[in-house]
Amino acid sequence: MSVAPRTPPAKRDWSWRSQAFRGLLYQIIAVVVIGGIAWWLATNTAENMRVRGIKSGFDFLTQPAGFDIGESLSKFDSNDPYWKAFLIGVSNTLRVAILGIILTTILGTLIGVGRFSRNGLVRGLCQAYVELFRNVPVLLQLLMWYLLFTEFLPDVTEAKRIGDIYLSKGGITFPKPIWESGHLFGVAGLIAGVIGAWFYRRWARSKFEATGKVRSMFWIPVAIVLAVGVLGWLVGGAPSQFAVPQKGEFAVEGGGALTPEFMAVLLGLVLYTAAFVAEVVRSGISSVARGQSEAAQALGLSKGQEMQQVLLPQALRVIIPPMTNQFLNLTKNSSLAVAIGYPDVVSISNTALNQTGRAVECIALIMLVYLTTSLLTSFFMNWYNAKSAIRER
Amino acid sequence: MFKTGTKIVLSSLVAAGALASIPAHAGKTVDAIKARGQVVCGVNTGLAGFSQADSAGNWTGLDADVCKAVAAATLGDATKVKWVPLNAQQRFAALQSGEIDVLSRNTTFSLTRDASLGLHITTPTYYDGQGFMVTTKSKIKDAKQLKGQTVCVQSGTTTEKNLTDFSKANGLNIKPVVFEKVEAATGAYFSGRCVAYTTDASGLASVRNKEAKNPDEHVILPQLISKEPLGPMVRRGDDEWFAIVKWVVYGLLEAEEYGVTQANVDQMKSSTDPVVQRLLGSTEDTGKLLGLDKEWMARAIKAVGNYGEIFEKNVGPKSALKLPRGANNLWNKGGLMYAYPIR
Repeated sequence: MSVAPRTPPAKRDWSWRSQAFRGLLYQIIAVVVIGGIAWWLATNTAENMRVRGIKSGFDFLTQPAGFDIGESLSKFDSNDPYWKAFLIGVSNTLRVAILGIILTTILGTLIGVGRFSRNGLVRGLCQAYVELFRNVPVLLQLLMWYLLFTEFLPDVTEAKRIGDIYLSKGGITFPKPIWESGHLFGVAGLIAGVIGAWFYRRWARSKFEATGKVRSMFWIPVAIVLAVGVLGWLVGGAPSQFAVPQKGEFAVEGGGALTPEFMAVLLGLVLYTAAFVAEVVRSGISSVARGQSEAAQALGLSKGQEMQQVLLPQALRVIIPPMTNQFLNLTKNSSLAVAIGYPDVVSISNTALNQTGRAVECIALIMLVYLTTSLLTSFFMNWYNAKSAIRER
Repeated sequence: MFKTGTKIVLSSLVAAGALASIPAHAGKTVDAIKARGQVVCGVNTGLAGFSQADSAGNWTGLDADVCKAVAAATLGDATKVKWVPLNAQQRFAALQSGEIDVLSRNTTFSLTRDASLGLHITTPTYYDGQGFMVTTKSKIKDAKQLKGQTVCVQSGTTTEKNLTDFSKANGLNIKPVVFEKVEAATGAYFSGRCVAYTTDASGLASVRNKEAKNPDEHVILPQLISKEPLGPMVRRGDDEWFAIVKWVVYGLLEAEEYGVTQANVDQMKSSTDPVVQRLLGSTEDTGKLLGLDKEWMARAIKAVGNYGEIFEKNVGPKSALKLPRGANNLWNKGGLMYAYPIR
């Protein structure tokens, strides 16, 4: 398929009355006006703050923060500077956002595909799910999950024990492997496995195209990754020390822990956004011409193959752009975590804002964080979109 | 849908916008108040005993009474107050941007707040300290037993920092769970998510009294871990307004010290005590120096009573909060309340 290139009529005639000149003039005026407004806002705010004796600037970021953070991926001490507290907040936000995006994609796709099921019950359940979760405000859902976790789980002192896992109002506490240098070999093995699996898939595809022989494109690569990973772990001396949680007098100590705040935020965001993703997936699949499905059946493909090989790849073109919106929504909605006490970047900057009084600076930082993560997500999704678009030659 | 995060961003943008749009040299606060005929007072969204609105929209409490007294002194009418309920994060931006004239919202005085916000601290109206509330079931008797425990706390206050300092100084490794709204923080504590809830001792009494299903199941630990002098703050740039707010509070204290009450203020005008005469304007015109009339303090006392009456009515042993007078007693009765002389 090719479209004859349409060259626009030559307009590069730089007279006063030319369209090109006017276009340029309007653009310059627009840029000057917007820039002027921004400059006026910034300088006038700064001037007024100076006149009123309000201290401003980002120098506070290197001062010791002086407050603790309830949960963080890396160790945080109250003597650490504000910029580190912000980083902890960002990492907590990203932890929810990345895990949320992965889980949402899986759950949403399953439910979206489920709406095409030949089983009426599955179809009905999937539809009921979508209607229920997308029509209740996400803040309410977060509060509901948080309430469920904190009201109905047993007290910390009476934590419920299932094997080495403890369940209580303090969250889920579970055994965590103690990090040793041997684990490094395991990680290296996993990375090597991923590379190996990629090569295997390339080889299997070229073989398939040459001979028509079908090889598993999923289970064998997964097996390769796992096998090489385990091999690396064995080479590293098979370290298998676990930090097992112990029930103390007042609390469950040791091991890894997922707090109710984290679980409520993650669960609430995933269940809410998955309803939208399911609709996106459904619309994508519906957009594929019915003939494609009939052709797949005529070729004797199974229902699963039809979905995997024929419908989904074509649906992706329609699915990816609105999917980007959903991912961005999930990331931005994670700022609601502040309502249920999860220390995300908004919560940390609120505290910083109050201790330093640098309102404009802290809000600017929050906006910068969300803008950066959103733009990065967009860039990645645009790249992926371009990659899965139909190549027109 | 209204998103909390967005709300904060919005309110800050509004504050930034307001800062940007007001000309650099604002008119005097007092002039604006007199022209408007109202004192705009920033108060807590709801803290029993300090500032709380009833179903008819009438505000009561110690912090609210300070605003009424200031309005009575300045405008001659204690009802000429416009109430602006604020959360912990909004309060300073509201005062900085000129949305409110005075912030009377159980706000702790500290160096950072005095020196870097463009605001003035006036004089304390309540000496408080941060404490802990735990359930009787937990059998915790001392704050040092909170080792490794989770403690619920509201963000945007000095409380978080005090908690961290206390935890660090005693090697307790307390895990804070920080909530934006006080209702969320207390809700999480009452549901059992946290072993303790921490805020100023007066706030603990208020929460226990108002929100606990059974107040007897909760104890406030005797230990206080910080000094929290609470009082009204004003914006810099109007020294006369600063003086008025400060001296109204001193006047309320002076009234208690010299036995002037809401009930006897009219008789006391004919008192022979020169201090009382000056306070009530029956001889010297003290109000003139502040840009007010001579009846300024007499009206304020008539409207809300002297400091002791305000304390008793809102938070004292006979009120619902049952807080002891303690450090908030007058200096000559073993407390810290010491008014500069009105002369």
